[in-house]
This record gives sequence, structure tokens and C-alpha cells, in this order.
Amino acid sequence: MAGYLVRRLVETLLLLLVMSFLIYGLIGLMPGDPIDLMVSADPNLTAADAQRLKALQGLDVPLPQRYWRWLMATLSGDLGYSRLYARPVLEVLGPRLLNTLLLMGTSLVLALAIAVPAGILAALDPRGPVDNTINLLAFAGFSMPSFWLGLLLIILFSVQLGWLPAGGSASIGESGLLDRLRYLILPVLTLTLLTAGTFIRFVRAAMLEALREDFIRTARVKGLSTTSVVIRHALPHTALALITITALHVGSLFSGALVVETIFAYLGMGKLIYDAVIGNDYNLALVALLLATLVTLLANLLADLAYGWLDPRIDYGG
Amino acid sequence: MAAEGIPAGRRRRFWRRLAGHRLATGAGWLLAALVLAGLFGPPLGRAFGLDSEAVNLFGRLAPASLEHPLGTDELGRDLLLRLLEGGRISLAVGVAGALLTALIGTAIGLAAGYAGGRVDAALMRLTDGIIALPLLPLLIVLAAVDLTRLGLPATLVEGGLASVWRIVLLVALFGWTTVARLVRASVLSQKERDYVRAARALGAGPWRIAVRHVLPNVASPIIVATTLSIGNIMLTESVLSFLGLGIQPPLPSWGNMLTNAQELIWQAPHLAVWPGALIFLAVIAFNLLGDGLQDALDPRGDAGF
Repeated sequence: MAGYLVRRLVETLLLLLVMSFLIYGLIGLMPGDPIDLMVSADPNLTAADAQRLKALQGLDVPLPQRYWRWLMATLSGDLGYSRLYARPVLEVLGPRLLNTLLLMGTSLVLALAIAVPAGILAALDPRGPVDNTINLLAFAGFSMPSFWLGLLLIILFSVQLGWLPAGGSASIGESGLLDRLRYLILPVLTLTLLTAGTFIRFVRAAMLEALREDFIRTARVKGLSTTSVVIRHALPHTALALITITALHVGSLFSGALVVETIFAYLGMGKLIYDAVIGNDYNLALVALLLATLVTLLANLLADLAYGWLDPRIDYGG
Repeated sequence: MAAEGIPAGRRRRFWRRLAGHRLATGAGWLLAALVLAGLFGPPLGRAFGLDSEAVNLFGRLAPASLEHPLGTDELGRDLLLRLLEGGRISLAVGVAGALLTALIGTAIGLAAGYAGGRVDAALMRLTDGIIALPLLPLLIVLAAVDLTRLGLPATLVEGGLASVWRIVLLVALFGWTTVARLVRASVLSQKERDYVRAARALGAGPWRIAVRHVLPNVASPIIVATTLSIGNIMLTESVLSFLGLGIQPPLPSWGNMLTNAQELIWQAPHLAVWPGALIFLAVIAFNLLGDGLQDALDPRGDAGF
């Protein structure tokens, strides 16, 4: 187990390193680098000045050298300044990451709270009317364009009914918890509905498989009620699959969060990445993307470890 | 779909099962209607002198009327014509992206399965890595990259049509993992079978074995995966286009038609409803069709029908 853990950690770090190089290279290819922006902002700058500025910023050396310099600075804790926010990158990122984790975490819990009962109900009535209805709803959930669902909810709850704000994080001059919650409802609802469909399908499939197992048949023959068979015997059996799916889903949850945050002007990491890319904030975009990648990779690693820990049959062979 | 080598009985069973799947059948008809509308709508409109790009600043955001059945957008263009035109692009991106995805996936799956050893391990680690990545943030950066900085001529990488190709390539770059895994597994399970060994002993090369023995066995799951991926690709395209990084206006796609809809949501909610509804219908139809195909192509009996 320890050997396996070390190997997976090394793999994760390697992947992160490769991604950091790729993302570093890509960010440098975005339109309008910082020097271009300075030149276009100041008509008195000559080409020679621009060249000098490039040398000053270390932008005239080849990509691998620049990357190496950036990597060393990053590893020593210097993540640079954000151009858009004129503050150290880390200071900008911190609160945003918390906001996103709040959004993703709440949606994830709610999606599971919908998907587990719905998936069980569907699995208990395979191809029957209940299953068909739930199945169709699940399909609707993961076939829905995320931003469109957000827009529809805005039309319904903000434009037509006027119950909830169409976007933002808090009312001006308000700092209460209730006020913040009002701004959370629509983003969380959108992300929950988007996620629940996929989870329902997974719970249903895992449950169907569990119900086919011999020990379930034994429990039934023993005369246990359906409820207790499902809750006491089948559900624990599906826990493994659920944990894995949840962890593997963190990446796509992040993608969903990015869209939802952009639509509802919710101040999270996703919107930050989008704004940084659109606004040519190189440092911020780079670190934010790497942080998003790190969070996803760690979730995957945790899923692997949880799997091994919960299922003693799996032997990782060191 | 049914290859020549497949006996007529199995083919008949496939169609019977697919027809028994009412949702999948409905989805198939809906898709046929959308594709036909996209193919013939715009030329037909032009033949009648209707122009999807005709701007009318005095008729902006008009509600539905006889002249404009679905109303007009923020530049006074007819919404229905734009939807037909946009559907063409969105569906084309979905299908082209899925085909390219299947092609790359098959190639990588074959390579990994045949080469084995280190090449296989490396390719599979790459697959795992790609699956684990947060896709959309990376796609946003990739879509924002200025390709002229790589020395590509501007005529090749800028403009509407270039943005279509770009999206197709981008989604294929990340989408191939599912098919690659399927094909690799099939190679591994077939390559040590006696009949394949016999074929090899008779002098059949790896290419012939792949085409004659491995691919026919994995054709069904590839077809299902590809159908399902059309829907996913259309969703990705629509999100990127919505964010202004996908299909570039004035070329319409269902996604980029929604870009301005949010700002206008108080004045003209109908602009936000229609393009999204069509994306939703097309994607759910592809997913239901894929689900139906999966059941119909499943070799494990007729259970459940």
C-alpha cells in the first residue's frame, strides 16, 4: 500500500509538472503579451524600448529557460502579481478557491441527495414506469447546456418572479449570511441539476449490479423486506462505485462551476480563470489553471486510495 | 452500419430491437428532421430571397410575427433563419468532431494494444491523465491561443470557418480516450485467440488482423461511444461559443447566438430560449439514440424487451 501511494504521488506530481510546462507555453501564446499591452498604451514607446523592456522582464530568452526560471520562482513561493487585480496572485486566488469549493461542495452533496434515492427507485423497477421517468429526467440533466439552464432559471426566478438576484455575490452594504445565501441559490441549483443526472445513472447501474449479487438473493430469501435489503445490504455494496465516480467527477464539476460562475457573476475560481484568460492576466491564469488541475488530480488520487482502503480484496502489490 | 459480414438474422434483430426502443426511435426522427432542416432550410430560404444576415436596426428584438415567426435578434435579423443556419454549424461540429475523435481513438487504441509493454503503459497513463484534467478551463486557454504566434498564416487561423475547424480539432484532442480504451481492450482480448494466431501463422500482417479481426469485434461499442460523443461535443462547442471562444460571429452557431442573450434577458427572453432549446433537444436526442443503439447492439440476448 505504501509503495502504491508513493508511486501514485510521483505520477501525480509528474503529470502536474508536464501540465505546468504545457500551460506555461500556451499562456505565452495568448494574444497581446504584457509588452504589447504597454506599447499599445503608450505611443512614445519605440521598438527599441519594447526590446529593452522584454530583456528587463526576461522575455527575450527561449521558452525552456523562461519556464525554468518561473518554475524555480514558483517553488520558492513567489507566484508573481496579478495584472488585473494589482495584487499578489495568491491573495487573489485564496478567497476565490474557497467560494468555488463552497459552490462545488454544496452542489455535490445536493446532487447525491437527489441521485441516491432516485437511482435506487429506478433500479428497483427496471424498465418499468418509475425507471423510465427517472431515466428520462437523468438524460435531460446531462444533455442540458449548462449556461442555458442558468439562463432559464434567471428568466424564471429573476425576470418573471423576481424572487432571486440574477447574479453577484452579495447586495451592496449587506454582509449577512442570509443575504449571501440568496445569491448562492441559483448557482447551486444550476450546478446540482446538471450533476444529478449523471449520478442517477451511476447509482442505478451500481444498484442493479448489487441487486444481482448472490448475497442479496440470500437476504431476500431469508425474508428481509426490500427496504432493509436495499439499505442494509445493497447500498453499502455500491458505496465504492459511488466514491470513485464522485472523485472522477471533480474535473467536470469544475468545468460546470466555471460556466455557472461566469453566468451568475459568482466570484469563484472558474470565473477568475475565464477573466484572467480574456484579460491577458498571465500570472493569474497560469497559477489558477494549475491550481484547478492540482485539485482535480488530488481528488483522483484520493479516490484511488479510498478504493484500496475500503475494498480489502484489492492488492496493489507494492 | 451493419457490415457485410454480419448475418441477416442479426441485422434484423438489431433493427427490431432499435424499433422497440421508442425513445431512441423518436430521437432518430427528431435528429433526421434537424439535419434536414439544417441542410435544406438555408438554401431554400435564400431561394425565396430571405437573408439570414439581413440587418434591420428599426426592427430589433421584435416579437414573433408572420414575417418573423420567432421574432428578431439584437440586430433585427430573423431568428428562425439564424437558427437554421446555426444548426448547420452546430450539428456539423458535433458529427465531424465525433468522427475525428473515433479515428484518433482507434489509432491510439490499436497502437497501444499491439505495441504492448512500455508504449502501452505510456499511452494508458496519458489516457488516465487526460481523463483527470479539468477540461473546460484548459479548452478556454487553448481556444484563446493566438495561432499566428506559432508562425501560422493569419488567413488560415482567423475568421469564421477557421473557428469551426479549430473547435473540431480541440474537442478531438481531448475526446479520444473512450474509444482508445475500447479498441485497446479488444486488441488485447483478440490477439492471443487461436484464430488470430492461425491468421498470423498464415502470414497475415498486423494491419490485416486489425481490420479483419479486431475492429469488427469492437465496432458496436465504438458506434455507441461515437454517437454519445456527438452530444458531448455539441455541448462543449456551445459553451465555448457562448463564452466567445468558439465559433466566431457573424457565423452563427446555437452556442454563440446565446452570447448576447444574457444581457438582453430582461428585454427579450425569447432570444435566450430558442437556441438553447435546440441544443438541448439535439444533445438529448443523440444521447437517447446512443442508449438505444447500446441496447440494440448488446450481444447479451433480448432481455428487457
